[in-house]
Amino acid sequence: MSHGPSATGGAALQGAPHGHHDDPYVPVLTPGSTPRAKLDDILSRYPTRQAGLLPALWIVQDERGWISEHAMKEVGDVLGLTAAYVKGVVTFYTMYHQHPVGTWFIQVCTTSCCNCMGAEDVVKAFLQQTGCGELGLTSPDGKYTVIEVECLGACGFATPIMVNDDFIDSMSVERVPEILKKYC
Amino acid sequence: MGYPHKSHPRETPVLSKYFGDAEARTLEGWKARGGYKALAQALSTDPVAIQNIVKESGLRGRGGAGFPTGLKWSFMKLGDGKPHYLCCNADESEPGTFKDREIMRWTPHGLIEGCAIAAHAIGAETCYIYIRGEFTEPIAVMERALAEARAAGIIGDNAMGSGKKVNIWVHRGAGAYICGEETALMNSIEGRRGNPRIKPPFPAVAGLFGMPTTINNVETLAAVPHILNNGPEWYKAMCLGSPKSNGSKLFSVCGNVARPGNYEVVMGFSFKEFLYDLCGGPLPGRKFKAIIPGGSSVPVITIEEAEQVKMDYEGFMEFGTMLGSGGVIIFDDAQSMPKQLARLARFYAHESCAQCTQCREGTAWMTKILERIVAGDGTFEDLDTIFELTESMTGKTICVLSDSCGAPVCSGITRFRGEFEALIKGKRSSTVTVTA
Ligand SMILES: Cc1cc2nc3c(=O)[nH]c(=O)nc-3n(C[C@H](O)[C@H](O)[C@H](O)COP(=O)(O)O)c2cc1C
Ligand code: SF4
Ligand code: FES
Repeated sequence: MSHGPSATGGAALQGAPHGHHDDPYVPVLTPGSTPRAKLDDILSRYPTRQAGLLPALWIVQDERGWISEHAMKEVGDVLGLTAAYVKGVVTFYTMYHQHPVGTWFIQVCTTSCCNCMGAEDVVKAFLQQTGCGELGLTSPDGKYTVIEVECLGACGFATPIMVNDDFIDSMSVERVPEILKKYC
Repeated sequence: MGYPHKSHPRETPVLSKYFGDAEARTLEGWKARGGYKALAQALSTDPVAIQNIVKESGLRGRGGAGFPTGLKWSFMKLGDGKPHYLCCNADESEPGTFKDREIMRWTPHGLIEGCAIAAHAIGAETCYIYIRGEFTEPIAVMERALAEARAAGIIGDNAMGSGKKVNIWVHRGAGAYICGEETALMNSIEGRRGNPRIKPPFPAVAGLFGMPTTINNVETLAAVPHILNNGPEWYKAMCLGSPKSNGSKLFSVCGNVARPGNYEVVMGFSFKEFLYDLCGGPLPGRKFKAIIPGGSSVPVITIEEAEQVKMDYEGFMEFGTMLGSGGVIIFDDAQSMPKQLARLARFYAHESCAQCTQCREGTAWMTKILERIVAGDGTFEDLDTIFELTESMTGKTICVLSDSCGAPVCSGITRFRGEFEALIKGKRSSTVTVTA
């Protein structure tokens, strides 16, 4: 979860830039829209509207790239929840972005199974070659954000990374330029 | 077959038989390989009879705890007039474990068939497959297979023309290891923060949406059609060690090893032969040092101990560790145990849901102390503090994530104390380079 205990520094994302707004907010889930139809279809699978919360947040993030406070309010209004409640849920899960990120969001697993196979060097190579410099910061050209993540469930294919929704296994320092060429 | 490798002759591929075979992913391909026969038979069989077959087979939960599956199903009170639910646990986030991913990627219809049979056996009309959010490819494969099965009338309001309703939906997680804990998983489906719930009530009494619920792991459910097709005796007979551990089991192997991947062997298989023959032994010029055999939450053992183990629930326990989820993590002589265990502690600190003080504070302090030792600033008292901390973190919290942090750390200090002491004394051991 993203509220990591303070003693270990918490999630890398907390160091991200502030001040991103989406005023005026353009709603995503307007009745009659495609995203709304998608959500309504998903809601028919559950006995409560609240169960549509994670799916609704995914829909918003797919449309906008992140989930703003306005978006939390909109989702809450559609599902009958307060904006504060929605925020409580958004902040629990690491995959929801609470601020805009680079065009390419790169996640590198550094948990032990990948760590012992050199995952930390992969992270360093990405930070250098993207120009991000620091974990969680977006590169000056707005293209990349690099973060470390916990086990991606592909430990035998060290080191796995994700670039947006693409899963790439067996990453090595040598392959970093090739990946950055593909996602540019 | 030990994807990404070809099947080793000593493997027993039941679940993994079609790993790497793209045709098995389609409905036609799956049917051509004998798929959905077990479901057709099950839908015309009394649910209790199916529960009994699974009980007789000796199948135990593959999610980590090894609870007998048939017995778990029998806790669901049939005919109580309430909606029942089945949750398939595909959160697979335990470091070292990556078997459910391959089951979903290569044999999605096998999992759907297992879910549908289980749903019928516990009187559930709805099943949610909770897949971790990062598994974009398994999610796409499962969605496609479910759409095929729905279109063909295999699942839906009249499953295979039986008049029974079996609906199966994917629910995508959003990044949280703790949502693999069964009650946190239910909260997550309900649209809440993934905090585990206090038990009792147990899920079979009041689970998802307050209704009777069963939660099973992907591998557990995927085994069910094979048991129905071949009979419980066939499954029970797959046993080389303790009679309490039966069937074939997928072991995910990762870390410093020549051929990492998934391997399916019969319970009770020799761990020594497994490590050196199937997995190809250590990397060139290296030696195996330490093994965490059941996913990161179980105690670490030395290679000397591992070489004597029989790979089943009881066999691992004999050496003070556990089979867990079957995620085998291997560290060789080039690794620093303090560094790797500090990294594992950091994992638990990051993933603690922070409800229980012992867990929230304990995992964070454990990490801080271990990182301090690794940095060369540790003291001998730090080692004692870690054991005291573990004591206060074990058996005292809402779920066992808290216990899981201390298990690998304390066993690691006990078995590799020399490495910790060398760091504390400021003498870095010659084979170890510490960079953190
Ligand atoms: C912190 C934590 C994480 C867990 N993660 C998983 C998981 O990713 N997958 C899983 O199947 N079980 C996981 N479990 C175990 C489940 O709570 C549950 O026991 C299991 O899904 C039951 O299925 P089974 O009886 O088929 O093994 C986890 C447990 C804990 C305490
Ligand atoms: S033990 Fe840890 S993860 Fe489990 S409920 Fe308590 S705080 Fe949450
Ligand atoms: S530890 Fe890196 S994918 Fe599991």
